[in-house]
Amino acid sequence: MLTREGENGNRIPAGCAISGIFSKSGTRINGKKIIDSISVMHDRSNGLGGGFAGYGIYPEYKNQYAFHVFYETNEAKEICERYLDRHFDVINLSKIPITRIPEIKDEPLIWRYFVDPLRTRLASSQLDEKEYVVRCVNRINTRLDGCYVFSCGKNMGVFKAVGFPEDVGRFYRLNEYDGYCWTAHGRYPTNTPGWWGGAHPFAMLDYSIVHNGEISSYDANRRFIEMYGYKCNLLTDTEVITYITDYLLRKKKLTLEEMAAVVAAPFWSTIDHMEEPERSRYKFLRNTFSSLLITGPFSILLGFTGGMMALNDRLKLRSMVVGEKDDMVYIASEECAMRVVEPNLDNIWSPRGGEPVIVRLYDEAMEEIGGDE
Amino acid sequence: MIRDYLYPEYEAVRNPDLCIGCRACERQCANLVHRFDSDLNKMVSDSTNCVDCQRCVCICPTHALKIVKSDHTFKANANWTGEVISDVIRQAGTGAVLLSAMGNPKEYPVYWDKILINASQVTNPSIDPLREPMETKTYLGKKTSEIRRDRNGNIIPETSPQLELETPIMFSAMSYGSISYNAHKSLATAAEELGILYNTGEGGLHEDFYQYGPNTIVQVASGRFGVHEDYLNAGAAIEIKMGQGAKPGIGGHLPGEKIVDDISKTRMIPEGTDAISPAPHHDIYSIEDLRQLVFSLKEASDYKKPVIVKIAAVHNVAAIASGIARSGADIIAIDGYRGGTGAAPKRIRDNVGIPIELALASVDQRLRDEGIRGAVSVVVGGSIRSSADIVKAIALGADAVYIATSALIAMGCHLCRSCQAGKCNWGIATQVPELVKRLNPADGKERLVNLVHAWTHEIKEMMGGMGINSIEALRGNRLMLRGIGLTEKELEILGIKHAGE
Repeated sequence: MLTREGENGNRIPAGCAISGIFSKSGTRINGKKIIDSISVMHDRSNGLGGGFAGYGIYPEYKNQYAFHVFYETNEAKEICERYLDRHFDVINLSKIPITRIPEIKDEPLIWRYFVDPLRTRLASSQLDEKEYVVRCVNRINTRLDGCYVFSCGKNMGVFKAVGFPEDVGRFYRLNEYDGYCWTAHGRYPTNTPGWWGGAHPFAMLDYSIVHNGEISSYDANRRFIEMYGYKCNLLTDTEVITYITDYLLRKKKLTLEEMAAVVAAPFWSTIDHMEEPERSRYKFLRNTFSSLLITGPFSILLGFTGGMMALNDRLKLRSMVVGEKDDMVYIASEECAMRVVEPNLDNIWSPRGGEPVIVRLYDEAMEEIGGDE
Repeated sequence: MIRDYLYPEYEAVRNPDLCIGCRACERQCANLVHRFDSDLNKMVSDSTNCVDCQRCVCICPTHALKIVKSDHTFKANANWTGEVISDVIRQAGTGAVLLSAMGNPKEYPVYWDKILINASQVTNPSIDPLREPMETKTYLGKKTSEIRRDRNGNIIPETSPQLELETPIMFSAMSYGSISYNAHKSLATAAEELGILYNTGEGGLHEDFYQYGPNTIVQVASGRFGVHEDYLNAGAAIEIKMGQGAKPGIGGHLPGEKIVDDISKTRMIPEGTDAISPAPHHDIYSIEDLRQLVFSLKEASDYKKPVIVKIAAVHNVAAIASGIARSGADIIAIDGYRGGTGAAPKRIRDNVGIPIELALASVDQRLRDEGIRGAVSVVVGGSIRSSADIVKAIALGADAVYIATSALIAMGCHLCRSCQAGKCNWGIATQVPELVKRLNPADGKERLVNLVHAWTHEIKEMMGGMGINSIEALRGNRLMLRGIGLTEKELEILGIKHAGE
């Protein structure tokens, strides 16, 4: 089999393209649109990984966790399904529909499950529901050979593969899905691991991350976050950023703005010039979570139920632009990726380094999708 | 009677063509090496007393003097070296423990010199510290683990007491008594200008220096010299000294002849009495006792000062640090076996303790394994010799470093390792008024400030090279390090890969 990311103990830096499309009114956007957007940035990828995350794509199962799973063998599938049956009530299962195309080769078995945690198991675990799901997924990914859950949120899903992103999109037939938010990633890794799980987005519950950059703080971040029950197996930046996000937002219950003030903290000189009480709060956040400051170039798109956040490193060492048209928001590594799907943008700007751009569904739309935040 | 004459290890050599007979060397040498011989009508030197402090070399106006290692030798023997033979002769003559000063000078591995630092190429950019902000500000103290919010949902920004450092460097403990008033003043004023801290050591705080309180760490050691309520509240932090890298497991002894005047007042002991620090704190025989002392000091200082616990790096340092992290202490300071001292038994200095690099690596990893790294900050010293050592220490996991030997060198010390004699020609490790005044505190301060500025510039250059623009992103970032010429085991303990991996 192909080597997994992280398996030989080596970290893999990668350059990338990212793109995101969001409808604040909850209008469901067809998956073809995000393929069109990411495909113009073809040269920012090298064919060694592409992927998408769609939100609001499973309205008929919006209350179940949607597990997307890669299997290397049928035996692995049987083992994993036995595990799922012991821990979850499986409402529906099916192969994820694909179209075989010459550009995408060596695909694993790709299955989808809509599940509810088994009430009795959940109660005896003494965990909250999300933590229960996270631990089950981690167990499958680390303990069960040949199984990899790469998406486990509600009413959202990740689709990824080894290949150029536009081919990955066609392979997964994304034109058959509609969602209020899409993010996409084209990968330019500096080795050839060729393992599908290593493509991005990287997701945990409904958080999904696409990231372009190579963070210089990686090992400081990794060694800190591993104190809190996370295990960085893939040794990629995106993995550690996802865990940081989960830790700060879900476990520490920070707001998105507060999270941005941790991972892309303002310089001390900037904090010193703030008015109270901001100054104390920014100082508190930066000092308390100093090991989660991310340095080096990055542009991140964080997808979550009902919203999307874009964030650049403090020095803005990676390109990222934002465009708006009516209720639609476009965010991409390059302007062309927005223009190709919306030539007449109302406005376009380049967020400053460390300045989070947060978009959310309008309240009515939020109710519609059954968001829980 | 057997003659115990040992030929001097170093010889003062004078170039007669250059010497103008000004007798400056004679006046400057407290060891009485140089004198004018009126019969011969020239300067002569008796190297027997020479400690190789380089004072005469530096002040000679015509550069007529140099110190050379003597080529006198015992019969060559790889086992019974000249040093070993000499030590036996000395002890047979005196029946005494051999005294020494400053850090362990033996040829043990220096792990700093077997670690290499990374730099960015292509996949991410290096950052130019002259063009972009490059942050070295460091806060020491417990990191709050719980986020509390007020009724409006705003974060309540309260933390345990923190120390703010402009750069992750502090001057390590050197007591008033072991070093001079002027040396202390140099350290205090330099710390103030640099926005860092110096440490009083165990000899109390001279009343003139209370004004530098915000840049002072006050130390409480086993002798409790000079400890009273105002002292505990005078500084920014309180350090409990459990041990010292140069002499783990033993106490200290400042002879009565050094307990003069102000030192007696500051230490709160009568003039002329020996100041003896017991080997252990006699109220700390176990970890639970330490916890009580930590909280006694916090009570006495109204919970406004972080408490540092300083230990020597010994074999089970990781377990000890784990215990300290749970004792209520805010900061752990670890002192490696190469740390300096004003006086230590030579055998202890040269044979007890472990290298700070290994101690740091295992402590940092142990605290992370136990999920309590945030409960304490980790400060390391003994011996940090350059900005590169600091970068490596921080990447291994330290929050900040303590420097002392390099601070002494900045003030004029030439590492002759004779502090215990009290005749420091540079005015540092002495209480002799004529010698003390040779160190001008303004000069001492300027050179300390220069040194720390220079090192900070170099730290920024190396950080920028790695694409890191804030010191906290370097802390514990071991992927930025590679070992060279190290065994698997050493790499495993250091938690780093070998170069080329």
